[in-house]
Amino acid sequence: MALDIMKERGTALNKQQFTWKELVQVPYSKLDDDAFTRVRVILMNGIEAESLRFKHMCARFNPHLQVPLAQIRRAEQHQQTMVNWLNPPDQSPLETTIGFEQVAIELTAFLAQNEPDPYLKQVMDFGLLEDFDHMYRYAALMDRVEGRDANTLLQCYTDILPGRPTSVEHRAPEDDLRVNYEKATASPISKLNAVILVAAETQTHDYYMTVGPMFADPTARQLYAEIASIEEQHVTQYESLSDPKETWLEKWMMLELMEVYTYFSCAKQESNPRIKKIWERFVDYELGHLHVAMDLFRQHENRDPAEVLPASLPEPIDFSSQRKYVRETLAEQVDFRANGRQIVTLQEDSQLSIAYRQRMNREGSPSERVAAGYQWRPGTELAPKGNGHGHSTRQVSP
Amino acid sequence: MMKNQVEIGKNRTGIALSPIDSQLLIQGAEAAPPSMPGNESAINEARTAYAADGAPIGTMPPPVTIRGIAVGLVDAAKGKNANVFLDKLGERLAFERTGTRLYDAVLSKFDASEPLPAGPARAELEQIKAEEAVHFEMLREVMVSMGGDPTALTPSADVAAVNSMGLLQVLGDPRMNLKQSLEAILVAELVDNDGWETLIELARTEANASVVRRFEQALAEEQVHLSNVRRWVRAATVQREGSATAR
Repeated sequence: MALDIMKERGTALNKQQFTWKELVQVPYSKLDDDAFTRVRVILMNGIEAESLRFKHMCARFNPHLQVPLAQIRRAEQHQQTMVNWLNPPDQSPLETTIGFEQVAIELTAFLAQNEPDPYLKQVMDFGLLEDFDHMYRYAALMDRVEGRDANTLLQCYTDILPGRPTSVEHRAPEDDLRVNYEKATASPISKLNAVILVAAETQTHDYYMTVGPMFADPTARQLYAEIASIEEQHVTQYESLSDPKETWLEKWMMLELMEVYTYFSCAKQESNPRIKKIWERFVDYELGHLHVAMDLFRQHENRDPAEVLPASLPEPIDFSSQRKYVRETLAEQVDFRANGRQIVTLQEDSQLSIAYRQRMNREGSPSERVAAGYQWRPGTELAPKGNGHGHSTRQVSP
Repeated sequence: MMKNQVEIGKNRTGIALSPIDSQLLIQGAEAAPPSMPGNESAINEARTAYAADGAPIGTMPPPVTIRGIAVGLVDAAKGKNANVFLDKLGERLAFERTGTRLYDAVLSKFDASEPLPAGPARAELEQIKAEEAVHFEMLREVMVSMGGDPTALTPSADVAAVNSMGLLQVLGDPRMNLKQSLEAILVAELVDNDGWETLIELARTEANASVVRRFEQALAEEQVHLSNVRRWVRAATVQREGSATAR
């Protein structure tokens, strides 16, 4: 089903209403629902959090927009609640963390493949391999400290093996900024991709900063501290991709379009019928928000939103295993580094970043220590090598 | 060196340290009527209402092997019991796997702590850890032989993991001493002993005699774990309290 964003006005803002009971629905099943249901829930929570964050900043700089921003934020606050409360309470913070990294890996890999601008794609590939490594470190932590298997969450969609080592992901701030796209020439999907990744990485950062101190084990506390620092770098990276010359209203419209796009993608693929209805409902809510922003754009900038927005939505996000692409990218780019705003080879690494990471790692690296000698095996590293059923596995390749 | 005794310090949590403020606090609370009539039953009603939706935390995975499918198809009643058995088998398996890691944590507490006069010795903890790992591996083999998937998180295993969250928090926290950590281990061993007894009862109808014998052997070892841990905890507690009184 194609969605005509110019004609479809969705649900009117004053009809976007909730009750407390409605906000707190029965969660998905950690055991029975597809891993990508968890991925979508985590992603959309992050998208709504970004939307609220943006609108608060926008309100601070634009007094004439404060009322409509506050009205839309009220709906989005409750959308975020309904989505985030779908996470089940038997899912521990570390298990949820595994879900966060699966979002980062599978989503970034899809977006990178769908990104027409080679530089932006390069940046996404760069971030992808770092989040990929985080998964391996957290899986080791889960196995070694809690005696649990990360794959019960991942459901075999996502590999658990080293990426670009977390210990070398630490960079000087100057090496985290990237070159922004140009708003006049960038394709709409590039703009959407940038803001999706900012949303996902920011919520990951915020989540690690919230749950990190709840862990008792010192290695767990250190690992969250270390990876949260990388997530902050990733926010810096992806944030810098958007053109700072875009007006507030241009950014706002693109943000609402992104929400329509992501909810629409979720609704298209959701396997849990109850949750699918939530995604469908929120596609309509976001269309409502988009049209409020479009009307304000016409009113305050005297321009046609079609100058900024595409005529139709891009191909929906494919929520599926991107294993092949991730492995190929890993094989080709694991040694890449950043120097200034460019992604470079190992030999061209930044001296600023080398000095910074040597300083941070000088008392040891939590991410190295937690995974020392670690190879994921079905169930646990304590199990004998094999496929978990007492048989040996064949060699696998990309 | 981590100490095992609790000392007197600046604990601020009770009201006795704030004689003036506590009176104001009490008087203020007593003077203000509740915002609405009623009692805690409203919270219970919410639990009941959500439970009425009937959504479980999850289900058992379908059988992996032909043997597992056959058990399910040939005899519905037996299939149902087999399901219960595999669920509890998955619980024990997950518990022993986590148990191995719990003893890793106790060993690190042991290394950081002043020794407890009545034990444990390091070798005793190492032996228990090794036995937990052997039990895990044995359960894994039995699960495979019964047509189950030893990597699947069964509903009972999930509940047990939620139960164990507090134990992980105690054992992981470097501020909680060896004695306090052994108290957490005591909870684990008590639950584990009960779990093995139930599993053996199920195994008598759902598994062959050799499986029952292996389980009985594991229970015998777990009983020794429990009695040892219980003895260490009591000795550490009573001895400390006794010496404090003597002083």
